[in-house]
Amino acid sequence: MSRIEQNMSVTGEAAASLNTGQKISTLLGMSGLIILCLAAFNLNFPNKVLWLSIALGSITAGIVWFAQATYSGTHAGIKNDGVWFKSMTSRGYVAYLTGVGLTGFYILLYFYPQYLGLRAEGDNVGLIALFDPLSYFLSGNPASQWFVYGTLYTIAILAFGVKFLWKYRHNRYEKLRTFSVMFFQLTFAFLIPEFMSRLNDDGMNLPYYDLKNIWPLNYYNFEQYRVDGFLSSGNIGLALLIFGVVSIFVITPILTYKYGKRWYCSWVCGCGGLAETAGDPYRQLSDKSLFAWKVERWVVHSVLVFVVLMTTAVIYSYLGYDSSKYWLTRDVFLIGVGTFLTLLFAAIWYFKREELQKDAKYGAIGYLVIILGLIAFHYFSGQNLFLFNAESLRQAYGFLIGAIFSGVIGTGFYPIFGNRVWCRFGCPMAAILGMQQRLFSKFRITTNGGQCISCGNCSTYCEMGIDVRAYAQKGENIVRSSCVGCGICSAVCPRGVLKLENGSTNNRITAEDGVVGDNVDLLDLLKQKSL
Amino acid sequence: MEHIVIIGNGIAGITAARHIRKASDCKITVISGESDYFFSRTALMYVYMGHMKWGHLKPYEDWFWEKNRIELKKAWVDHIDFQNKELTFSSGETLHYDKLILATGSLPNRFGWLGENLNGVQGMVTKQDLEKLEERTSSIKQAVVIGGGLIGVELAEMLHTRKIPVTLLVREKGFWSGVLPPQDAKMISQHILAHGIDLRHETELEEILGDEHGNVRAIRTKSGEEINCEFVGLCAGVKPNINFLENLEIETEKGILVNKFLETSIPDVYAIGDCAQQRKAIGERKSVEAVWYTGRIMGETVARTITGNRTPYQPGNWFNSAKFFDIEYQTYGWVFNKPGVNEQHFHWQHESGEKAITIAFDTESGKFKGINTFGIRMRQEVFDKWLNEGKTINHVLSNLKAANFDPEFYEHHEAEIFKSFKNNLQST
Repeated sequence: MSRIEQNMSVTGEAAASLNTGQKISTLLGMSGLIILCLAAFNLNFPNKVLWLSIALGSITAGIVWFAQATYSGTHAGIKNDGVWFKSMTSRGYVAYLTGVGLTGFYILLYFYPQYLGLRAEGDNVGLIALFDPLSYFLSGNPASQWFVYGTLYTIAILAFGVKFLWKYRHNRYEKLRTFSVMFFQLTFAFLIPEFMSRLNDDGMNLPYYDLKNIWPLNYYNFEQYRVDGFLSSGNIGLALLIFGVVSIFVITPILTYKYGKRWYCSWVCGCGGLAETAGDPYRQLSDKSLFAWKVERWVVHSVLVFVVLMTTAVIYSYLGYDSSKYWLTRDVFLIGVGTFLTLLFAAIWYFKREELQKDAKYGAIGYLVIILGLIAFHYFSGQNLFLFNAESLRQAYGFLIGAIFSGVIGTGFYPIFGNRVWCRFGCPMAAILGMQQRLFSKFRITTNGGQCISCGNCSTYCEMGIDVRAYAQKGENIVRSSCVGCGICSAVCPRGVLKLENGSTNNRITAEDGVVGDNVDLLDLLKQKSL
Repeated sequence: MEHIVIIGNGIAGITAARHIRKASDCKITVISGESDYFFSRTALMYVYMGHMKWGHLKPYEDWFWEKNRIELKKAWVDHIDFQNKELTFSSGETLHYDKLILATGSLPNRFGWLGENLNGVQGMVTKQDLEKLEERTSSIKQAVVIGGGLIGVELAEMLHTRKIPVTLLVREKGFWSGVLPPQDAKMISQHILAHGIDLRHETELEEILGDEHGNVRAIRTKSGEEINCEFVGLCAGVKPNINFLENLEIETEKGILVNKFLETSIPDVYAIGDCAQQRKAIGERKSVEAVWYTGRIMGETVARTITGNRTPYQPGNWFNSAKFFDIEYQTYGWVFNKPGVNEQHFHWQHESGEKAITIAFDTESGKFKGINTFGIRMRQEVFDKWLNEGKTINHVLSNLKAANFDPEFYEHHEAEIFKSFKNNLQST
């Protein structure tokens, strides 16, 4: 089979060739990127408004035009032709080059923004200075590296969103979902926080807040500076703080119960938005092995435990001891957290113990013991909560998870490990939503009787690395905590076997030994045998 | 310990192996000369088109077989000594069995065309076929595919993705019209033409012409036209792969003859899947069924029999599915290309020309007999129930929404379909 992978170009170079539109649009998009690169090398553009417009305009236009040149002449329908023949989408040379480039950009962004032109004192220079006019226009402040990143991120979701819309134009579920992520990125993640910071003055000190970014994905939401900011901003600030808490404990569970975690992961979330649009060409690269699944479950839940500990420690660190000043003291808070986790654990154990796998049980007990143990330890030892200083715990999380995992690896490695590495292995929000989805949601993917022919398109194109085929060929419903409900398995299925559904929670998890199409007697026999 | 040997690692053979393992502890060996591991033959086309890599075709990871104690042997069987229960491989090696399951699948039909053995003439069934195709089509300018069936259109699509111009020869007036009613066939024909495939109706192959090196250079049709091409795909159906059983005492006809328990004429020898032929056809089904899921059901059934629970092969209601370029097709129950006695077809087509349904029903009782759907996904469980309960076409059409399996937010056409039925058929 090695020949198939090597020798594609011989077929009249058909599989790899580009049409004229694709070539010119690539040139256009790249020229925009080159302007940004030149700015990054400290070239001082005279008319920043003009050059920034040219740069961002040609990048956007290039991508959209490329999509148009690729898909407009074709029939609507799934076309993954040649995905595994192209260097970019099959971990070829171009893919590694892109991976290194993106990773390098992330490292500069997170750790060395001064090389991008960020200046703490005086005016910005270089790339960041180029974005100053836009930032002043939106928020009234000079640009930061995060503003540059946010702008490029939004452009990526919008422009590649258009590409995605073109590619899946026969599929209304995919179209609506993409409009949704494009909308939430442009307004909630990009424009509203900028406008909000315009409101800040002497009486207002609202932190930069992407309203759809919920704890624990937004792991810093309850840090002292933010809570102080909220509290100092009067009713608006208090409302935002309450909204932050309500979205964790009320809004999220209700929506996930009704629609599965997909309402967030593939309709709203910014990380998901980038993965679904710019990351779409890499979805087939995710690892589907059983080993990867085992690693995933341990890593993602460990991150969740880490974020719970870290947030508890951080909040604890700025609460007081004196109950006469404010009812929420360190003791009340710690006991509250301990009680809440114990009750949650007990409830899951009581109602869902039959659905939990052995390693899930061990993991849950282990983590609960660790958290309660640390809280108990605190009372015996006094001083430091959790053996560590809250601030160093927060820094470790911010560095390891917030920067390295979600940014550098999560996005930089799209062309190598697929587009949902972060969502799959690292996102604590996905872990929480996943538990809700697995245990309580009405959502599942159903399979259509015995129509599955085990072709494997569904598994190949599952960005979360779920072996969808393994369920479909058995006629089982697919209820997996990691499923983000992107709907691509259903779209690529050539036999119409898979459907994303919200329905009754009864019989949601089916485990049939036979599938429809077998004679009824045979099914009865199988059932008798299994009793 | 009893040794069960299965020849063939397609869906039938592998399903049998897996279900025997579930129910017993005996020794199981699966023999195939085609590939080391079980793979989805249905997805070979996606490897050629670059949608998937070879590894994606394997439904089970490689450790699965050892863990479940299913031995895999890569070899071709040359001879079977049924008396002494012994297989001889092409290497000369032998193997003893206690029970033998033949699941050897099928081969492309060849009708003795002149030139059918030239270089560049092949079918598209096996892994080796794919490798040959890859090699052959790496530098060609024009291809011809003979036969308008499921494999024919898939092969045309494969070549199309490599931008190789394809001429598709179909004997009838419409695509697959031996199976599809005329309006369905016509719609698919138009869809194939719209993709730029040179689909020629009522055109038959006369002869394949070669050059001095024994390579294909052109074909000639029955009307005398010559079409230059360097590749000819033979897709005019398949036949059971039973050549290696010639001159042995096992009873064969088109395929290996089996009774309803899938037992052959030789004790302890069973045949399942594409290579098996029912002595007595079941219902309206053909005696040889080269369909993926019937192979699977036969595998499950024979496993029950072998593990001590003798079970007849009784597939439920007929169903099938396919995809013609961008149009998905599903069928439940029986819709033949021509309505039978006291039978009528109700056809509805969407203005896009990419969605349609055809329902067969009894003219007198109104009983629903089967449905073809194109571009609309339908739920098998619902149609299975309706067929079992003998519902009428009225019931089916007024409850069609319950059978819809399209993704969320898709356009629904039930009202339009029902209206069309009321206006056109119910009054008659």
